[in-house]
Amino acid sequence: MSGTWQVRLSGAGGQGLILAGIILAEAAVIDGRNVVQSQVYGPESRGGASKAEVIISDQPIRYPKVTVPDVLLVMSQEAADRYAATVRPGGLLVVDTTHVHEVPEVDARVFELPISGVARDELGREIVASVVAVGVLVALTGVVSREGAREAVRARVPAGTEELNLRALEAGHRLAEKGLSAETRGREDT
Amino acid sequence: MPRRADRPALLQGNEACARGAVTAGVRFFAGYPITPSSEIAEILARLLPQVGGKFIQMEDEIASMAAVIGASLAGRKAMTATSGPGFSLKQENIGYAAMAEVPCVIVNVQRAGPSTGLPTSPAQGDVMQARWGTHGDHPVVVMCPSSVKETYDLVIECVNWSEVLRVPAVLLMDEVVAHMRENVILPRDDDVVIWDRPAPDLPPGHPDFLAYRPGPDDVPPMARFGDGYRYHVTGLHHDERGYPLHQGSKAEELVRRLHRKVERRRRELTKVEWTVGEHSGPALPEGLAEGRGRGAGRTVVVAYGAVARSAEEACRGLAAEGRDVALLRLVTLWPFPDEACRLAAGLAAGGGEILVVEMNLGQVAREVERAVGGRCPVRHYGRVDGELITPAEIAAEITGQRGS
Repeated sequence: MSGTWQVRLSGAGGQGLILAGIILAEAAVIDGRNVVQSQVYGPESRGGASKAEVIISDQPIRYPKVTVPDVLLVMSQEAADRYAATVRPGGLLVVDTTHVHEVPEVDARVFELPISGVARDELGREIVASVVAVGVLVALTGVVSREGAREAVRARVPAGTEELNLRALEAGHRLAEKGLSAETRGREDT
Repeated sequence: MPRRADRPALLQGNEACARGAVTAGVRFFAGYPITPSSEIAEILARLLPQVGGKFIQMEDEIASMAAVIGASLAGRKAMTATSGPGFSLKQENIGYAAMAEVPCVIVNVQRAGPSTGLPTSPAQGDVMQARWGTHGDHPVVVMCPSSVKETYDLVIECVNWSEVLRVPAVLLMDEVVAHMRENVILPRDDDVVIWDRPAPDLPPGHPDFLAYRPGPDDVPPMARFGDGYRYHVTGLHHDERGYPLHQGSKAEELVRRLHRKVERRRRELTKVEWTVGEHSGPALPEGLAEGRGRGAGRTVVVAYGAVARSAEEACRGLAAEGRDVALLRLVTLWPFPDEACRLAAGLAAGGGEILVVEMNLGQVAREVERAVGGRCPVRHYGRVDGELITPAEIAAEITGQRGS
């Protein structure tokens, strides 16, 4: 994938969004791209709003903040209400329907997927939801390679949780593929 | 700690700071955690024991600075890291280090102040505190990185200069650079130039040994406490043995030498980077300097730290549209890069201007004004709300379309 991608991952503190941002950034480095990753969080370690940003490009990246996200992930209602409107027109909005019940209207491709639910029910640990989300984003966009993402997960998750997180990544890929085929069916219906 | 170079790594600014310190030979760290600098302490707590170094979390910032001075006197390269409120507390002992000529590096990851301010929000409000935070006329070296890689390089420079000049050196970071992660290729350790403090050429116990007798570069060779040299260390004015004296002429001589040892190296110490069109480097592109005095319509932006990244984005965008803009990025803040600012004034003279962009209310802008001495107008654009200034704001400020 070439060009510049601005990715914003938003939700609540404790959902693992900063780790998700680091995994995406690490994968981009493994793919040989330029990357800047940053985050905003409050003083709390759980709860409160949390936001991680990743810019991936083949060009030098100067301004380190996301201005208009090409890809936006929202994993809490608060994040959806606050950031949904910031997504680039024609960009991609991924909504975790486990936590977001009202999806604001936006001019973007919208995927509504039960990300945290999959983490909880299929993998038995909601804490890996953000890695499921990375799997979703990678499969939907190709912003980083699947192999790069796998290597990044291995490098960045806590020791002893690699297998669980790799399964979370793959569950995210499958969830995205289901979303894509639903989108295709939806298009054929209209 | 052997490290493979070649392959890019994803590193955070604070992580690069910690790793650069170890590469530079820092083997002692004392500190008290404070955001947004805490990762530096956290990482050094892990790295230093692996290389035979010591990490100690002290009861507060004052004690941390004292411990750093003690370790340095005993021969270790020593460092601490903090943020604004902690930097305030360290000032008394920083002055002591300046007076007693004890090498030490203080990393200050700036956050929005005054006081405890905005704990995880960026600012550049400590530029003057880094220069004048401790009382009395004292020398100091201050460097300010704009990227993760430069953080690694500059912490090494700070350690090097601190050691050879026996002066406190401050790495003045900001929250943006400290917390962001970038792909970087670190140099191989063998490719990094490391300087050590000058050692006495007389053996311990030699009757002619004088601990504070300066060499030809105005820097006294430094004896390690514990090696058998007898000397005295004090914050009072002192003679060449280190013992207190109360004699105005000798005091003046000492203060002037403390400044002279830094001023002698000003040219090497003051680093800047110019960005003009496609050109980027420590000097202006050839030909441009000859165009001095014909600055009509030209804007020379002066910025440093994270803001310089926004400024470069803005300047490159405007240059691509045909606008006459140049960027002077300050890498060294103290000694202040007067010469580069005069060059900037030369470019802007004759109808152009200098625009200083910083996350404070004009701390560097006033220094730029002083340096250019009225040769061109100097304008300031600042922000103190804990948000990084954006390229769009800077572009609007240059083109005069702000708020429209």
